[in-house]
Amino acid sequence: MYTEKVLDHFRNPRNMGEIPNADGVGTVGNPVCGDLMTIYIKVNDNRLEDIKFKTFGCGAAIATSSMITELAKGKTLEEALKISRGDVADSLGGLPPIKMHCSNLAADGLHAAIQDYLKKKEAHK
Amino acid sequence: MDHTAGMPLDPRVLDAMLPYFIEKYGNPSSPHSWGNEARKAMEDARAKLLNLIEAKKPEEIFFTSGGTESNNIAIKGVANRNKDKGNHIVTTSIEHMSVINPCKALIKQGFNVTFMPVDKYGVVDLPALEKAITDKTTLVSVMYANGEIGTIQPVKEIGEIVHRKGAFFHVDAVAACGQVPINVQTENIDLMSISSNDMYGPRGVGALYVRMGTRIEPIIQGGGQERGLRSGTENIPGIVGMGKAAEIAKEEMKAEGERLTKLRDRLIKSVLESVPHSFLNGHPTQRLPNNANLRFSFIEGESLILSLDMLGVACSSGSACTSKTLEPSHVLLGIGLKHEEAHGSLLFTLGKQNNEEDVDYAVSALPDIVKRLRAISPLTPKELLT
Repeated sequence: MYTEKVLDHFRNPRNMGEIPNADGVGTVGNPVCGDLMTIYIKVNDNRLEDIKFKTFGCGAAIATSSMITELAKGKTLEEALKISRGDVADSLGGLPPIKMHCSNLAADGLHAAIQDYLKKKEAHK
Repeated sequence: MDHTAGMPLDPRVLDAMLPYFIEKYGNPSSPHSWGNEARKAMEDARAKLLNLIEAKKPEEIFFTSGGTESNNIAIKGVANRNKDKGNHIVTTSIEHMSVINPCKALIKQGFNVTFMPVDKYGVVDLPALEKAITDKTTLVSVMYANGEIGTIQPVKEIGEIVHRKGAFFHVDAVAACGQVPINVQTENIDLMSISSNDMYGPRGVGALYVRMGTRIEPIIQGGGQERGLRSGTENIPGIVGMGKAAEIAKEEMKAEGERLTKLRDRLIKSVLESVPHSFLNGHPTQRLPNNANLRFSFIEGESLILSLDMLGVACSSGSACTSKTLEPSHVLLGIGLKHEEAHGSLLFTLGKQNNEEDVDYAVSALPDIVKRLRAISPLTPKELLT
């Protein structure tokens, strides 16, 4: 039911882990539903210098988390905010329809981390 | 190690079935010799099923298309036939969906259904059950054993209560029949659903035992086959296969049950010892010989299945992520697990092909798989990661 690319990212997740002094952290999902994802970002000169994730969930949840870190790394914040759920699914060669809504949370997680960073930056001004 | 999802055909069953596709294709309703041949094969299969479940008369066994249909006929057939006596059904919260959904359909038609809670092992509380049965109750339906958590119910005692209260007792024995000895007469069973595939027979065939004197009406009308309870030209190859599967089950159940129980306990013990924060779902001893349902904190079942699949091990989970409804298993919720606990369940159902080597292989892979997924999960406590 999963593409080879999804299975590859599930088997060998990219950028898995935490960033200790992250500039922004975004958590989306709910363990009650079976998916919970936290994205950590390090921002330098308006670019995502580093990005890591931790995820509780199914194969699709782990693979989309891994994929978003690849898509977003090195991008400017504006570019990263444009990455959509659809982009993540497309980059993985598609997801089973039933997984499109429940497990495809990575883009939301990334956006939440960026918002968190922007909020913190605003507070420091 | 996912036999509850599907069992292979026993090769001896296939051999028994093969002549009935091309050479012996008669219709048992025909009066000629081809019809007689088919009818004889069907009655022979019926006798083998009778022998397996210790029924009294062959006329008490009706062939159907499988466990789901048997459950539907039993529940709707008894409820509707006994409407003059009452409109109340008692069942449990952990029944198979082919019991729960017909009950829900009956609620829409004006019936009342009580879904009894079960304890943390999945066992029905007998005094509470007795209280739930009223003079309006016509049917009580409780499964023999739960295919997901393996728990076996005190069927005989439940039957005593049901009969004392004057209702009919239906037992969904799809997960149990062929695995553990069942005697419909001494265990006070009025109706019992059986599936062929769950005892290494072909899919698409099952049976319903209906004790003589049970008031029931058909839900499928037609040419009046199976004494009017289940019309439709009989699936002779399937029925022959089911009969052969019943015969083999009867002969081999004791030895195979003992072998599987040992394997099951080896699996459970090794996993609980080698993986921290792992738990057994279901009853520790009153459980099906082939069933090991385990649960691991902080991780999700589908990712466990995928990881084991990569190593060539097939199993199931009660996680929402593996269901069509995106809801975790109602059985795991029924025994009081929280949603996040139910997501972390992993179900091994062993079968004839499995041996000690298979169990040890799966068990040896699990600690690393669980460790890896816990390292990815944000729910894992830090001290577990070091």
